[in-house]
Amino acid sequence: MKYLAFATGLLAATSAVADIPVLTIYTYDSFVSDWGPGPAVEKAFEETCGCDLQFVGAGDGAALLGRLKLEGARTKADVVLGLDTNLTAAAKETGLFAETTVSADYDLPVDWNDPVFVPYDWGYFAFVQNADLDGPTDFRELADSDLKIVIQDPRSSTPGLGLLMWVKAAYGDDAPAIWEGLSDNIVTVTKGWSEAYGMFLEGEADLVLSYTTSPAYHLIAESDASKTAARFSEGHYMQIEVAGKIAGTDQPELADQFLQFMVTDAFQSVIPTTNWMYPAVTPEAGLPEGFETLIQPEKALMVPSDQAPKVRDAALAEWLEALSK
Amino acid sequence: MLTLEKLEIVLDGFTLNADFTLEQGRNLALIGPSGAGKSTLLNVIAGFLRPRSGRVLWQGEDITDLPPGQRPISMLFQDNNLFPHLTVTQNIGLGIRPDLRLNAAERAYLHDALERVGLAGMAGRKPGQLSGGQQSRVALARVLVQRKPLVLLDEPFSALGPALKHDMLRLVGDLMQEIGGTMLMVSHEPEDAQMIADVTSVVAQGTVTAPKPTAALFENPPKVLRDYLGT
Amino acid sequence: MIRGGPGYAAAALVLLFIFGPLIVVFVRAGGGTLPGPADWAAVRFSITQATLSALFSVILAVPVARALARRQFPGRSLLITLLGAPFILPVIVAVLGLLAVFGRSGVLNSVLIWAGLPPVQIYGLHGVVLAHVFFNLPLATRILLQAWQQIPAERFRLAASLNMTAGQVMRRLELPMLRTTLPGAFIVIFAICLSSFTVALTLGGGPKATTVELAIYQAFRFDFDLGRAAVLAVIQTLLAGIVALVALKYSRGEGFGAGLDRVVRRWDAQSAGLRITDTAVMILTALFLLLPLLLVVINGIAGWAKMPDQVFTALRVSLVISLVSTAVALALALPIALAALRRGWIEVIGLLGIVSSPLVLGTGLFLIVYPFADPARLAFAVTGLVNALTALPFVLRVLIPSLRASEKNFGRLADVLGLTGWARLRFLLLPRARRALGFSAGLAAAFSMGDLGVITLFADPSRATLPLQMYRLMGAFRMEAAAGAGLLLLVFSLGLFWMFDKLGRGDVDA
Repeated sequence: MKYLAFATGLLAATSAVADIPVLTIYTYDSFVSDWGPGPAVEKAFEETCGCDLQFVGAGDGAALLGRLKLEGARTKADVVLGLDTNLTAAAKETGLFAETTVSADYDLPVDWNDPVFVPYDWGYFAFVQNADLDGPTDFRELADSDLKIVIQDPRSSTPGLGLLMWVKAAYGDDAPAIWEGLSDNIVTVTKGWSEAYGMFLEGEADLVLSYTTSPAYHLIAESDASKTAARFSEGHYMQIEVAGKIAGTDQPELADQFLQFMVTDAFQSVIPTTNWMYPAVTPEAGLPEGFETLIQPEKALMVPSDQAPKVRDAALAEWLEALSK
Repeated sequence: MLTLEKLEIVLDGFTLNADFTLEQGRNLALIGPSGAGKSTLLNVIAGFLRPRSGRVLWQGEDITDLPPGQRPISMLFQDNNLFPHLTVTQNIGLGIRPDLRLNAAERAYLHDALERVGLAGMAGRKPGQLSGGQQSRVALARVLVQRKPLVLLDEPFSALGPALKHDMLRLVGDLMQEIGGTMLMVSHEPEDAQMIADVTSVVAQGTVTAPKPTAALFENPPKVLRDYLGT
Repeated sequence: MIRGGPGYAAAALVLLFIFGPLIVVFVRAGGGTLPGPADWAAVRFSITQATLSALFSVILAVPVARALARRQFPGRSLLITLLGAPFILPVIVAVLGLLAVFGRSGVLNSVLIWAGLPPVQIYGLHGVVLAHVFFNLPLATRILLQAWQQIPAERFRLAASLNMTAGQVMRRLELPMLRTTLPGAFIVIFAICLSSFTVALTLGGGPKATTVELAIYQAFRFDFDLGRAAVLAVIQTLLAGIVALVALKYSRGEGFGAGLDRVVRRWDAQSAGLRITDTAVMILTALFLLLPLLLVVINGIAGWAKMPDQVFTALRVSLVISLVSTAVALALALPIALAALRRGWIEVIGLLGIVSSPLVLGTGLFLIVYPFADPARLAFAVTGLVNALTALPFVLRVLIPSLRASEKNFGRLADVLGLTGWARLRFLLLPRARRALGFSAGLAAAFSMGDLGVITLFADPSRATLPLQMYRLMGAFRMEAAAGAGLLLLVFSLGLFWMFDKLGRGDVDA
C-alpha cells in the first residue's frame, strides 16, 4: 500500500496546477487519443478560455454513459462529449444534464432541436469494401450474395448497435428476415470496430461495417483510393454525436463556453481528419479535399432518440434470435 | 543424561516402546533390523515425531514438546546434511548462528573446526565440488561448532566405502570426546557399534532394550540380538 | 516450516480485493437480479468451450511433452522458450496472427486452394477451441514436461532392464504421472478460458458464442443492470472455484517451473517409428504455435517505421507497470505459497484472480474509490494490482512445488539447525526457489506487459500502456503502426520473460 500512496502522490503532484479554472470533459477514449481530435481541441480551447481543459477518457459512448450513471450527481464532469442519439434518451433520464442555450446553423441531414444536447459531428454507417468489388446495393442483395461481411456486436460496440438500428429503421417488422438472410454472410462478429476493421484489411471479409467516411482516411492519410463504401438504396442510418452540460457543474459558464466553442470552426475543422466524421457545422473552408469522393446516401435513416431505447431492446432480441439459430 | 520415560511411539500402525536412561558422555549404538524403528526413535528424540505417550527428558528437564531447533541436539541424516546452494563456510556457520552474522571470534572458531576435520582449504567451495568423504567432514565440522551435548547420527556415512566410513567413525569418536557429549547412532553393522559405541541397545520386535556395554553384549548376545545377527 | 500468518493475511487481501468490489456492486444495485435465459445460454456456452479448450490443450500436450521429455536436439531449450510466446501475447495480436494462418485468406487456405482442396472455415466453436489451444498448449506442455522430468531416471533404467516396451513404460510409469498431473493442468486452463471474451466472440462467429463475460458486458453497458452483472460474475467465479477444488483433490502440486533442460535417457523410445512420431509431433507443434507468431513479426517489421513516438512513451509506462506488477505478484505469492505448504487449498484463492470479471471488479473498485479520490490518479496502482492478481495463479503454481521440494529434502536439517522465519527463507527457501522465482517473475512480467489490463473506469488518458496505445492506433485506422507496436510488445514481453528467467538461472549450484 506504500506504493499506492507513492503513486497517488506522484500523479497528484504532476496534475496540480495553479489557480486557473479547470473544465473537466468526459469523453470516449478514441477522442482523447493522440490521433483523435482531443489534443488539437484542447490546445485551441485553452488559447481562448484561460482555463485548463482536462479530458477524461472512458471507453466508448456506452461506457461513458455507464460511468456517468455510476457517479451520479457526484460526478466531476462539467461536460460530457461523445454520446449519440441512441443514448441521449437514457442520458436525459439520469437527470444529470442541464439545458443549454447554445445553438448553431447545423449542417445535419435532419433538423436538430434538442434543448439539452449539442451535436458536434455526424456520419452514416456503411459497409466499406474494396473499390474494385461489385458491391451490394441493398441488404437483400447482400443477403442473397456470397459476399462475406464482418460486423460488430451491438452489445459491445457502437457501430454494431448502429447496424441493428439501421436494419430496424429500414425494414421494421421484416428485420428478423433480413438478419436470417445475412446470417450466412457474416464471417464473424467482433467486440469492437478495431478488430472488425483490422480483419477486413487483412482480407478476412469482403465488407466491414464502418462509416461512409472511412474511405476518406485511406484517401487523405494514405493516398489510397482503393476503399469505398457500398451505397444502399434503403438509405443509411445516421449517427449524430453530441455533448451536453452537467447540471451540477461548478463551471457553468466555462461549460457553456466550451459547447459554444464546439460549434465554431476551431473545433469543427479538426473533426473531419481526426474523428473521420462530418462536422456538425461545415467550416468556412469547407470539407477537406477527398470528402467529395464519398458516397452520398439517398436517404438518412434515424430512429428518433426518444424511441431509441425501446426499438433497441426489441432489435437486439430479434438479432440474437436470428443469429443464434 | 537422556531419559526416555515410558515412550510409546506409533507410526503407521506400528508401535515401539522405549524406557531407559543414558548417562552423559556415553556413545550409544542402536542396532537392529531395518524397519524396526531405529530412525523413528531418533526422530522422536530430535523432535520430528511426537510420541503417543511418555516423555523425553534431558538432564531431568522435559523436552518432549520443544521444537527441534531448541533441543540440545545436533543430528546428521542419511543424506541432505548440507545445503547444496551454500558454501562450506556458510554450511558450518549455520551451526553457530542461524542468521550467519558471525563475529571475529566465531569466524576463528569456525576456521579451527574446518582445520580440525582437515578441510582448511575448502572454505569457499560448495558441496557439489566436494567428494562424499569431504562432505561428511563438513557436516561433522558443523556438529563440532554446534557444541550440542546430544548428537544423533542416523547412518550418515552409509554411502561411504568401508575404509572411509571407519575414518569418519573414528573422527566422530574423537569429536565426541572433545565435545564431551552424549551420542546416539543408528547402525546395522556390529563392527560400527563395537568401534565407537561403549553401550548398545537392540531395537527389535517393538521394543528398545536398555543400553548394555557393547563388548559384553556381543560376547553374550540375548535372543533378539542373536536373531538379528543370525548366529 | 515457516508460520502461515503472513500467507493467510496475503490470501485474505486477495479475497478482499476480489470479493470486496463484488459486494459493493451488489449493494449499489440493491441486490442481485436473476439472469435471463440468454444469460444461462452464455453460462452453458462458457462451460462448453472452456471444457473443450482445456481438454484439447491437455490431451494434445501429452505427445508434445513426451517428445520433448525424451528427445535431445539442438535448439531444444530455445524451442521451449519460444513455445511460451503465445501464452504471453496480447489477445488482439494473437488473434490477428492466428487469422493470418487459419483465416479465410490465411496461409492455410491459400495452400489448400493452391492444392485444389476446399478451404477450411475457422469461425465457430472449433475456432474458439483452436485459438484457446494456441494460447494454452504451451502452458499445458510446460506443466506436463515438468512432471515428466520428476519421474526419476532410475525408473526408466529399471524399465529398460526389464525390457519394457514404450507402451508398457507409458502404462506403468507415465500414465500414473499423467493421472495426477492432468487435472491440475486442466483446471488452470479451464479457468483461463472460462472468462474468455474477445477470442470466443471473434472466432466463435456470432452471438451463439456468447460467454458469461460478454453477458456481463451486456448487463452492464446495454441494460445497466448492475445486479445481473454481479450475479453473473459470482456464477463465473463459483464455477471455476468448484472445478478448482475438485481438480486439486485429484492432483498433487506439480508445477511447471524450472529445470526443463534435462533429458532422461530412454531405452524404450529408440525405435525408428517412435523417433519419426516424436519428430513429426514437434514439427507440427512448432508450426502451429510459431507460424502465427512469425506472421505477427513479419507484419510488425512492415509497420515498424510507421510507429509514432507515443508508442515508445507507452512502452516505458508498460515497463514500469510490468515491473511493479511483478513485484506485487511475488510479494503476494511468496507468503501464500509458504502458507500453502501447510494448507494446500489456499492455492485456490490465487486462482480466483483470473476468473473474476474485470468489468465487475473495475466497477466495484470504482464505486469504492470514487467518493475519495480521482480514479485516474489510481490508474497506475489499479492496473498494477489487477495484473498482479492475474499472474498470481501461475506464480503460485511454479513456486509451491519448489518450496515443497526444499522442505522435503532439507526441512529436517533446517529444523535441527534452528533455522526459522527469516533465516529459513534466506538460507534455504529463497536460494533454492531461485529458478522458480526467476521463471515466475518472468511470467508475471510478460503477462503484465501484454495484458490490455485497462479497467476503463480507471484509465488515465495521458499514461496509456503499450497495449492500449496499440489498440488506439487500430482505432485510428493505423493498423500497420499497430502491428509494429504489437511486435514491440512481443519483443519486450519475451525479453522481460527471458531476462527474469535468466536471472533465476544465475550461478548454478548442485
